[in-house]
Amino acid sequence: MSVLLSATRISKRFGGVQALSDVEFSIRRGEIYGLIGPNGAGKTTLFNVLTSVYAADDGRFEFDGAPLSGLKPHQVAARGIARTFQNIRLFANLTAIENVMIGRHVRTRAGVFGAMLRTRATRAEEAAIEARAAALLDYVGLAARADDLARQLPYGEQRRLEIARALATEPLLLALDEPAAGMNATETSDLRRLIERIRGDGITVLLIEHDMKLVMGLSDRVLVLDYGRRIAEGPPAQVRTDPKVIEAYLGTGATSATRAHAEPAPAGARPGAVPGAAN
Amino acid sequence: MNRAARPRSPLAALGVILVAAALLVLPFALAQAGTAWVRITNLAILFALLALGLNIVVGFAGLLDLGYIAFYGVGAYVWAMLASPHFNLHLPFWAILPIGALAACVFGVLLGAPTLKLRGDYLAIVTLGFGEIVRIFLNNLSRPVNITNGPQGIARIDPVRIGEFDFSTTSKIAGLTFSGPIKYYYLLLVFLVVVIVLNMRLQDSRIGRAWEAIREDEIAARAMGIDTTSVKLLAFAMGASFGGIAGGMFASMQSFISPESFVLVESVMVLAMVVLGGMGNIWGVVLGAVLLTFVPEILRYTVEPLQKAAFGRTIVEPEVIRMLLFGLALVLMMLFRPSGILPSSARRREREGRQP
Ligand SMILES: Nc1ncnc2c1ncn2[C@@H]1O[C@H](COP(=O)(O)OP(=O)(O)OP(=O)(O)O)[C@@H](O)[C@H]1O
Ligand SMILES: [Mg+2]
Repeated sequence: MSVLLSATRISKRFGGVQALSDVEFSIRRGEIYGLIGPNGAGKTTLFNVLTSVYAADDGRFEFDGAPLSGLKPHQVAARGIARTFQNIRLFANLTAIENVMIGRHVRTRAGVFGAMLRTRATRAEEAAIEARAAALLDYVGLAARADDLARQLPYGEQRRLEIARALATEPLLLALDEPAAGMNATETSDLRRLIERIRGDGITVLLIEHDMKLVMGLSDRVLVLDYGRRIAEGPPAQVRTDPKVIEAYLGTGATSATRAHAEPAPAGARPGAVPGAAN
Repeated sequence: MNRAARPRSPLAALGVILVAAALLVLPFALAQAGTAWVRITNLAILFALLALGLNIVVGFAGLLDLGYIAFYGVGAYVWAMLASPHFNLHLPFWAILPIGALAACVFGVLLGAPTLKLRGDYLAIVTLGFGEIVRIFLNNLSRPVNITNGPQGIARIDPVRIGEFDFSTTSKIAGLTFSGPIKYYYLLLVFLVVVIVLNMRLQDSRIGRAWEAIREDEIAARAMGIDTTSVKLLAFAMGASFGGIAGGMFASMQSFISPESFVLVESVMVLAMVVLGGMGNIWGVVLGAVLLTFVPEILRYTVEPLQKAAFGRTIVEPEVIRMLLFGLALVLMMLFRPSGILPSSARRREREGRQP
């Protein structure tokens, strides 16, 4: 299997906090690649650097055969990386289907004049956008919610809507930041099936998740970060028994590995959460 | 199914026909009460055009612009300079209008480009400054070369003429007397309908959705592949163009303009129309413009006679009461309907009835 994304010595510092130091990994096409680590380990920061929300201080990404350096976030999306956000960033006052339709922006072309004149090409594109968005809503199980405002959806459905919106950009790599956070057991198992199905459709998945059962069950390989450093990588069975990983989860003062299983704190209350940042 | 092709119910069609008929006979009814009311209606339509332009920037894209009246000014001055004795140019209507729109559009980009990274309060302050700069330029560009004629303004501006048909004079058509203001009313009504249709199409388009996306969440919009820089510039440019067109119509209708007409208060007024009616909702914005143009005028005509009747003299000047009520209305609005009379999610809810 060929490599889709490789990271070389990625580093990122926020003032006194070294959020990432010399992180290296590579993700193969078609795999589900887990990314775990205690709170504040630098997982979300890695997403932000990957998607150009922040520029890395050092290091480089190579994606689908070409470097990502110097790209703006929208160009990264155009290259084929789509993401969701830990603190859900939907277009709250737009309907579910409009949210997904916006995901089609990067793969469509109509401009203001086409829109104002409603040319044949624009109408055809618009119909295709809406059809595709409706199909994606159906794909994530939200067909019945198409015309509900995003902010009126329950939490679990908002997470799935974010996935549908990301899929609308036709990504090669789908990066999910704690998609199961705040979900109950049924929702989580639905999510698990959804992620498997997405991979089955040929999309590579990068998955940050605190729900160990989910991430260990889904991932082909897992990368473990602690204090911004890579401390382990490999198949779940191997990572689970790695002494450094156990140490990271147990040795930091938390009572047990349940720290990882713990119910996620509400957004903002989470240690290490930075208001205003793209979490 | 395409939103544009969504079938209308027969009842809605009947409603549209009734409203259209009412709008067609309206100026004659108003003329009974005095030509002044036709003029006020024309002003209301002009403000509606202006507010619809600002709505693109503020309502759709969520960029607070306090200098919007500058684009109205640019459009008005372009018309005045190209169709008046000032430069002795008398270009035809169909030539000036696009030039005015283009000039305003260029100013829109000039304002937009340096402010792309700003949001909220900071953007408001910069745009406010921009509006003032344009006004000060209009005031001072009379020396060394006389471009704008300074504070005296430009007078004897050509009215709209299409062929031999002059919109400023009275004419008799099919036995009916059409005064100048009545003719302008129909012209403005056509403009309003066109601009409303264009705005509706823009809102339900790829670009319109991109505007709403940056209004809702800029970081998420970028992550979805939206080039926020160019999409914001486009909002400024489109909003400014509509403002420029409205400005041109204003100049031709008034036949005289001066920098006085393009002061900050006017920007605030147009913004108030957008906010009062419901940001992002096209019908709300039109309603806001109509209300904020008419209510003060109605007060002007009623406050004084009422006081005279009650107390035998004017105790409070109508202007004072006007501002008082205006302030009160805005405060009440913010308390009870903070998202406007017709909030933009109302538009969403009516869509729920659409065919799957
Ligand atoms: N924009 C920012 N400014 C300053 N510090 C930041 C910023 N973003 C992240 N950090 C810091 O970087 C470190 C890593 O944060 P990050 O959000 O990447 O952790 P995480 O692994 O995603 O944690 P969690 O599991 O809680 O989501 C933390 O110490 C955090 O406070
Ligand atoms: Mg995180």
